[in-house]
Amino acid sequence: MNLVEKYDLGVVKWFSIMATVYLVVGTLVGVYIASELAWPFLNDLGLDVPYFQFGRLRPLHTNAVIFAFGGSALMATAFYIVQRTNQTRLWSNKMAWFTFIMWNLVIVSAVVTLPLGMTQAKEYAELEWPIDIAITLAWATYLYNFIMTIHIRDRNKVPHVYVANWFFMGMMVMVTYLHVVNSLAIPVSLTDSYSIFSGVQDAMIQWWWGHNAVGFFLTAGFLGIMYYFIPKQAQRPIYSYRLSVIHFWALMFGYVWLGAHHLQYTALPDWAGSLGATISLAMIIPSWGGALNGILTLSGAWDRLREDYILRFLIMSLAFYAMSTFEGPVMSAKTVNALSHYTDWTIGHVHSGALGWNIMVAAGALYHMIEKIYNVKLSSKLLAIHFWTHTIGTVVYIVSMWVSGIMQGLMWRAYDEYGTLAYTFAESVSAMHPYYVMRVMGGVLVVLGAVTMLINIVATIRKSGNVQTANA
Amino acid sequence: MANNKIKESFQVKCEKNIFAMYLFMALSVSLAGLVEIVPLFTNPDAVKDEVTTADGTKSLLWQRAEGQKLSDWNPGDGVRPLTALEVAGRDVYLREGCYLCHSQMIRPFRDEKERYGHFSLAVESKYDHPFQWGSKRTGPDLARLGGKYSDEWHILHMRNPQAVVPESVMPKYRFLDDAKVDGATIQANMTGLSRVGVPYTDSDIAEAAAEVEGKTEMQAIVAYLQSLGNMIKFEDGVTYRE
Repeated sequence: MNLVEKYDLGVVKWFSIMATVYLVVGTLVGVYIASELAWPFLNDLGLDVPYFQFGRLRPLHTNAVIFAFGGSALMATAFYIVQRTNQTRLWSNKMAWFTFIMWNLVIVSAVVTLPLGMTQAKEYAELEWPIDIAITLAWATYLYNFIMTIHIRDRNKVPHVYVANWFFMGMMVMVTYLHVVNSLAIPVSLTDSYSIFSGVQDAMIQWWWGHNAVGFFLTAGFLGIMYYFIPKQAQRPIYSYRLSVIHFWALMFGYVWLGAHHLQYTALPDWAGSLGATISLAMIIPSWGGALNGILTLSGAWDRLREDYILRFLIMSLAFYAMSTFEGPVMSAKTVNALSHYTDWTIGHVHSGALGWNIMVAAGALYHMIEKIYNVKLSSKLLAIHFWTHTIGTVVYIVSMWVSGIMQGLMWRAYDEYGTLAYTFAESVSAMHPYYVMRVMGGVLVVLGAVTMLINIVATIRKSGNVQTANA
Repeated sequence: MANNKIKESFQVKCEKNIFAMYLFMALSVSLAGLVEIVPLFTNPDAVKDEVTTADGTKSLLWQRAEGQKLSDWNPGDGVRPLTALEVAGRDVYLREGCYLCHSQMIRPFRDEKERYGHFSLAVESKYDHPFQWGSKRTGPDLARLGGKYSDEWHILHMRNPQAVVPESVMPKYRFLDDAKVDGATIQANMTGLSRVGVPYTDSDIAEAAAEVEGKTEMQAIVAYLQSLGNMIKFEDGVTYRE
C-alpha cells in the first residue's frame, strides 16, 4: 500500500503548495519594501495613494512570511508527521480541510485589509478582530485534530509519541495563549478596535507575544520539522534521545521569559528586562543542544551532503539556527542592546533566523514531502540553484544589516571633540543608503530562489501526473 | 542516579499519555508570563504616577477639576487623555504604520537626552491603547516631538518630507490633505477608548464631533504630533525613575 492510500495527504499537498506560493509572495513584498527604504519614490510612484507605502506593506510582508508561509509549512509538516510517526490517519480529514480553508481565508483577508490600513497597530499582530477570530478557529481545529490523531494511535504499535510531535504540540499550546491574550481588544467597528492594554503592560504583553512568535511559531514548531525530516532524509536515527528531552523541556520553560529583553532601558521596570536578558543568555545551551542534536545525526554519513541537496538545506538551516541563537543572547546583553536596539541589526538578526533557519529547514521538509507523496524526484539542478541563490542572498542580507545596524548605533551615540553630538539623525539615514541597496540585492536572490522552488515543485508534480488526485 | 530514573519515568509517562504531556507543557509555558506580566498590573510602581518634589508629593496625571474641558489643560499640567482631534491624528498614525519606523520611547542615555529630550516615563503612555513605543528607528524618536517644530513645518514635511529633509526616506502623505475626519467615527473611537480605561467624560465625547468638524486628517496628525511629550513638566532634582 503506498503512502497516498495509507494516509490523508491531500491536505498536506495543498498546504505544501500554498506554503511555496506564499514564500514567493512574502519575499517579493519584502524586496519591495526594502527597495522603498533605498529609493523612497517607490512609496507612491507619484500616484499620491497610500496603499503600497512602507507603513502599510511592512505588516503585509511580516504576516505573509511568518503566518502565510511559515504557518502553511507548519500545518503541512504537522499533518504529515503526526500521521507518519503515529502510523494512523488523521483523526478528522474534514477538520484538517476546514483548517486549510480558514487559514487561507485569513491570509486572503490579510492581503486585502492590511494595504487598506485596517490594523490593530501591534507588531506581528496587526490583523483586526474579525480576522483574529478566524485565526483562533483555524488554530483551535489544528491543535485539536493534531492531539486527537496522536490519541487514536495504536498503542501497541506506537507506545511512545515521537519527539517531533512534542515540539509541534508545545508550539500549538503556546501560540494559542499568545494569540488570544495579545489580541484582546474592544471593537469600535467591524474594521477597527483598541487593545484593552496600554503603555507598559501592553509593551510587555506585545513582546511576550512578539518574542514567542519567534520562540514557538518559528522555533519550537520548526524544530519539530527538524526532528522528523533530518533523520528521515539522512536515514539515520536522531543523535541523542536524552538531549532531545532536555532540549525540549528547557525550551518550553525558558523561551517564554525572553520577551522582556526587547524592552531594556525603556520604561519597563528594570528587573523585568534584566530577567529577560539573563534567561536569554542561558538559552544558548538548549538552543545549541538542539542544533547539535540535528547536525550530529549526520555523523558517519557526512558524505551524503555531497549529492543530497535536500539534506544540505536541512543541515545549513541548523548552522544558521546555531549562529542566530548565539547572536540573540549577545544582543540581549544590556551593553550590546544599548547599541543594537532600534537599529537595523535587529532586522538582520530576525532575517538570519527567518531566511537562514526557517526558510531553509522548511524548504528541505517541503521538498522531502513532495518527493515522498508524489513518489518522484525533483530536479536536482533546480535544487542546487535554489540552495546557492538562497544561501548567498541570506548572507548578503545579514551582512548588510550588521554593518548598517552597528553603524547607526555608533553614529547616534558619537560625540565630536567639542562634546556635542557628531551626527544629525538625517546624516545617519543617508549613510545607510548603500547597505539598503545591498540588502535589496540579497533579497532579490532569495526571491529568485523561492521562484526556482515553486517552478521545481509545480513542474515535478505535473510530471508525476497525479495533481488530480490531490484529495486522495 | 536515582534522580534520573524518576525524571525518566515522568518523561515516559508523558510520552505515553499525550494529555499529561499537554498539561505539563501548558503549565511550563505559563510561569514566565505570570512572573513577568502580572506584577505590572498589580504593583503601582510599574506605572508610577506621582513623584516627590520639594513641595511634597505631586501627581504626574492631570488633576482635572469637575466641569473642566480637555481644552482647559495647559502644557506641563500632567498626563491627560488626547483631545478628539488628537485621537483622530493618532488613528492616522496607527493606520499608516508610523510606529514601524518611529519609536516613542527615549532611553536614559546622554546622547538620547541631547537628541530627543528627557527619558520617557511609563505614565506618559498610560492612555496609549495600544502602546506606541516602537522597536525601530528608521526615522527619529518622536516621544518629545510636541512643540519642537511649527504646525506649518509639519504640514510641509508630511506632504513632501524630502523637500524639508533631503536625506529622508519617509513616504509622502499628501493624501491626508484631502481626507476629512468623520465626527461620528471619532465619537465611537473615544467611546471605545473610554471602555478600555481612558478617562473621557460624557461631555468630552459629546463635543468631539463639533471639535473635528471640517478638519482634515492632515490637521489631525499634526495635532497629535504636537501633543507628544509635553504633558509632564520635568523639574530638576526630582527622581522620576529609580
